[in-house]
Amino acid sequence: MNADRFAFRLYVAGDAPNSLLARANLTRLCETHLPDRHSIEIVDVLLDPKRALRESILMTPTLVSESPYPGHRIVGTLSNTEPILQILGLGAAQRRTFPGLKDRDSAPQLRQT
Amino acid sequence: MKSTKAPTGIAGLDEITGGGLPRGRTTLLVGGSGSGKTILALQFLVHGAQERGEPGIFVAFEETPARIVCNAATFGWNLEELQKEKLYFMDAQPAPDLVQSGTFDLSGMLAALGAKAEEIGAKRIVFDALDIVLALLADPSAQRREIYRIHAWLLARELTGIVTLKADSDDGGGIGQPFGFMQFMVDCAVILNHTVVLGVSQRNLRVQKYRGSSFDENESPFLIGHGGFEVAVTRTLGRGHQAEVTNERVSSGVARLDTMLGGGYYRDASVLITGFPGTAKTTLSGAFAEAACARGERTMFVSFDSDSNEVIRNLGSVGIQLDRFVEDGTLHMVSARTITGSAETYLVRIKTLAKEHRARCVVVDPVSTLSKSGNELTAHSVAERLIDWSKAEGITLVCTSLLDEMSSQSEAGSPLQISTLADTWIHLNYLVQAGERNRGMSIIKSRGTAHSNQVRELILSDAGITVTDAYTAGGEVLMGTMRWEKESAERHAAEVAAVTARLQNVRLEAEQAELEARVKLLQVELAAKLTEKTVLARSAEVHERELALGRDRMRELRGSDVAPEPAGAAR
Repeated sequence: MNADRFAFRLYVAGDAPNSLLARANLTRLCETHLPDRHSIEIVDVLLDPKRALRESILMTPTLVSESPYPGHRIVGTLSNTEPILQILGLGAAQRRTFPGLKDRDSAPQLRQT
Repeated sequence: MKSTKAPTGIAGLDEITGGGLPRGRTTLLVGGSGSGKTILALQFLVHGAQERGEPGIFVAFEETPARIVCNAATFGWNLEELQKEKLYFMDAQPAPDLVQSGTFDLSGMLAALGAKAEEIGAKRIVFDALDIVLALLADPSAQRREIYRIHAWLLARELTGIVTLKADSDDGGGIGQPFGFMQFMVDCAVILNHTVVLGVSQRNLRVQKYRGSSFDENESPFLIGHGGFEVAVTRTLGRGHQAEVTNERVSSGVARLDTMLGGGYYRDASVLITGFPGTAKTTLSGAFAEAACARGERTMFVSFDSDSNEVIRNLGSVGIQLDRFVEDGTLHMVSARTITGSAETYLVRIKTLAKEHRARCVVVDPVSTLSKSGNELTAHSVAERLIDWSKAEGITLVCTSLLDEMSSQSEAGSPLQISTLADTWIHLNYLVQAGERNRGMSIIKSRGTAHSNQVRELILSDAGITVTDAYTAGGEVLMGTMRWEKESAERHAAEVAAVTARLQNVRLEAEQAELEARVKLLQVELAAKLTEKTVLARSAEVHERELALGRDRMRELRGSDVAPEPAGAAR
């Protein structure tokens, strides 16, 4: 189901502690709640600052969820997962009916730019 | 040392800081809402981009760049043109629906800004309303960390930065933690405040600190005018150029007054004309304006009393034709009928307008308006600065000042006490005598000028202003009809005296003629006497001779033997 596929873009600032933490948290979140249903793009603003400028990324780390529509921007280390799940429509209420957790081992698709 | 400072293009501020903000350092700009932080910061960038070849970046946390550009359009800064390559606006408003999870930092923004700064070669940068984004951070230590990050980033890139922060209240330095710590970190801190005194808005700017430079520590009033920020500043001791002193005289527009003043006002003088309502203060200052325009000097006439056209019409009735100078642009009439702003507002506006007009002569009619409505406290210093400014600019300033008829029947001084500051003080008053009011004019003081100390009468007619001698009789000054009567009486007396003299002359001539005739008579008589005397002597001689001859003859006849006497012995 295409509609259920989640596309994330995570903007990080090199290997800053916040950024590393966010990467780890995102990976864990996806593996836990969205196995096989997500893609993650990592953008390092230190390597591509013009892109950050173009896409108005001010704070790092910033997570942008592009699909499903509408997109969201989540700022921070993503340490607190509950609000993230809420806005992605994966809140506690929705989760109960969610069939998921089929394929634990599939690694998230990592693409570095 | 000039290179260590980045001029802001705000004249007063550059003067206070001795040349501008610290170059390559960060300046903190603190103020309440609506205190003008954004405008000051933007003006700093615009000046850099337009005049100094220093492109700039504006990071807007609070407003969209479009709104800022739109708001700034009134200042005529031409931001659209600048935005093409020299000025970049970054929209850094946090999205309202921003979701936050855990801590974050501003590395992304700084990385993006770094790229942009390199691209346009930015030298100046403004972070407007940094508090907005800092408020999103969880705790004070995180806020500190981000402030430190930005500060370090600015220093590393040697960008001259302004960071603006909102003050908690309008009392100035009331910024709370953690922003308070920023005041210690930055090299320069400027505080703006906005207060209302008796219903009149007063804006003040104060430089709180400036590392490595002396600065004016006092609050300086400012206002946001047509061209952006305008800071009023007094020349501080030992700083600023001394105005050049000149001996050049300029005409007051009234020939007799010029003679009374020994040639007119000094070129850089400030002239105060005081008087009660209707004593022809405006007319006298109008005459000055006309004379200045006729010499081809650009002049500005600020009227707080009447509309420009009214002033021109009214002065036209006494032979002062200003309209032609308004048409050819020499004269700039400014009307500010009622005062609504603070005295500072008006001072700065006068200065700006005079600068725009490149005026050499300025008339302010009446300057006493400045002390109205809630301005009593500041009006005096404003008047001082008005005079100070005109001297520094070499402008001839003519101010009129209304005296309160009740409070100062004497020449006690004008409400603003500028009478002590003015170089020349002309006082006009009414003299009521014999059912008439006449205008008297006296020069109370005129520095550096021998001046007449007599009260003169000022006469207005459709031919213009004339000054005539007033008569004093029995300790009273005579004016108007009484002067005319006195003049007439004197003319009469003079005529009588002339006739009497002629008469006397005639009488004397007659006496002289008589005497001369008598002298002639006596001379003739004298001649007659002399002749008579000669005749007498002659006859005596003849007689003697006859006698002698007779004796000789008798002796001969008698044959006398006595020897005759020598001939001369008979005499």
